[in-house]
Amino acid sequence: MDFFFEVVLGGLLAGVMYALVAIGFVLIYKASGVFNFAQGAMVLFAALTFVSLLERGLPFWLAFAITLAVMVVLAVLIERTVLRPLVGRSPITLFMATLGLSYIIEGAAQALWGAQAHGLELGVSDEPLALGGLLLSQFDLFAAATAAVLVLVLSLLFTHTRIGLSLRAVADDPLAAQAIGIRLQRVWAIVWAVAGFVGLVAGLLWGARVGVQFSLSLIVLKALPVLIIGGFTSITGAIVGGLIIGASEKVAEVYLGPIIGGGLENWFPYVLALLFLLVRPAGLFGERAIERV
Amino acid sequence: MASHPLLELQGISLSFKGVKAINDIGFSVREGDICALIGPNGAGKSSLLNIINGVYQAQQGVIRFAGTERTRMRPNEAARQGIARTFQNIALFKGMTVLDNVLTGRNLKRRSSWLEQALRTGRAPAEDNRQRESAERVIEFLRIQPWRHEVVASLPYGLQKRVELARALASEPRLLLLDEPMAGMNAREKQELSSFIVDINRDLGTTVVLIEHDIGVVMGLADQVVVLDYGRKIGDGTPAQVRRNPDVIAAYLGTHP
Repeated sequence: MDFFFEVVLGGLLAGVMYALVAIGFVLIYKASGVFNFAQGAMVLFAALTFVSLLERGLPFWLAFAITLAVMVVLAVLIERTVLRPLVGRSPITLFMATLGLSYIIEGAAQALWGAQAHGLELGVSDEPLALGGLLLSQFDLFAAATAAVLVLVLSLLFTHTRIGLSLRAVADDPLAAQAIGIRLQRVWAIVWAVAGFVGLVAGLLWGARVGVQFSLSLIVLKALPVLIIGGFTSITGAIVGGLIIGASEKVAEVYLGPIIGGGLENWFPYVLALLFLLVRPAGLFGERAIERV
Repeated sequence: MASHPLLELQGISLSFKGVKAINDIGFSVREGDICALIGPNGAGKSSLLNIINGVYQAQQGVIRFAGTERTRMRPNEAARQGIARTFQNIALFKGMTVLDNVLTGRNLKRRSSWLEQALRTGRAPAEDNRQRESAERVIEFLRIQPWRHEVVASLPYGLQKRVELARALASEPRLLLLDEPMAGMNAREKQELSSFIVDINRDLGTTVVLIEHDIGVVMGLADQVVVLDYGRKIGDGTPAQVRRNPDVIAAYLGTHP
């Protein structure tokens, strides 16, 4: 039985890593109703910038601060050059724009810092730690704690402040939001900057785990089932979705793997997401569309 | 005639790809008046309203609001200067409750910093209460209390129109622009909304510019009527003056007075 708990807990902690990526998507989806395909590229860009600065001898915090500044500048640039000209266009247009954006950011990352893979050491060992008879990864615990702090800060920022209400207003109807005095451009720049910050944190943790390399941008695909299960509009949903995916894929791998063959982890989340789409299309915490007919 | 104009338009022209939507229009609205814009479909009424609130930029002409002159302005700047509006096809935040919608109208009135708001310290808590109280006052004023926690999308059309008016009012505007506030309403609802507009105008001193098709409603409500036809102004004056204007009669009211 201990082994089962170990598997589940290990899965939950891994799920936190998925949730971290998913939160970046939720932020932008909430503010503009767009699935930002470029989020993965932003994660790669942030991690690559950070690790390159570190390798040039900068101390950790300075590298972090500079990378954060770069992400903010990137957000402002995206708002100016991509979002502003496309105000009022359909979500699919904006989605296509983010698709193009992801290639530009990936290209820029490689043009700036080169295409080779980097190792990243955050100073947290991946040694298992015995806690109450269960073996848990120290690194996973650290990642979970980081995610918890991040979520706390985000929820303080977005539920109690004017920015929070502006955000929802902008997502709902940009034209009306402008008419009541909300600065659309500023709200978008803020949201993309925060999404860039979340991408940086996710990039550091993922980079430390699997190395900073091009495939980092593919975690977009791993975030998709998390979002479908949790709902695109809820940070809580992203976390719960991440936990569900993490735990269920590990349990499936360990207990179903021997029966129907290994490598279950790679496709199980998508099957789960598909089932959710059939039963609960808005996800566990997503806003269901209400329409008068 | 003592009060000076709050809003003055001079030589406003707007064209879309060479088609003149508005041709050299000028008029002024005195502070505290209700001004109605009337005219057949396509006369340029909505375009004119959109220019006043900055959704469109006029290619020619000057707008003077509260003493300051301007040629271009964005909607959010207009809101900051005290111009609020409603839209012809309701532009509410459909996924939010009535109360939240009205609260967004008060967003500009917040003075505490986002850090204070996030941590609920300093000026933020007292301000939250004030915001809430003002929103509730507006909700009470327009008698939509029973629905204040309902999601807007689930409300009937007439009520949504009233919620939109509430959101506009929550910003305590000096000038309120209403684009066909009574479209699609029955006689009783029109009556009700007219009395709300009169209350807003009298009790709060808000200047109102509105577009309306129902001539009966307009004549009873407005202090000033501006008549547009094919992007030009063909009449301007009190309801009684406009009713006697032969151009207006020909273009809009039909050949028989």
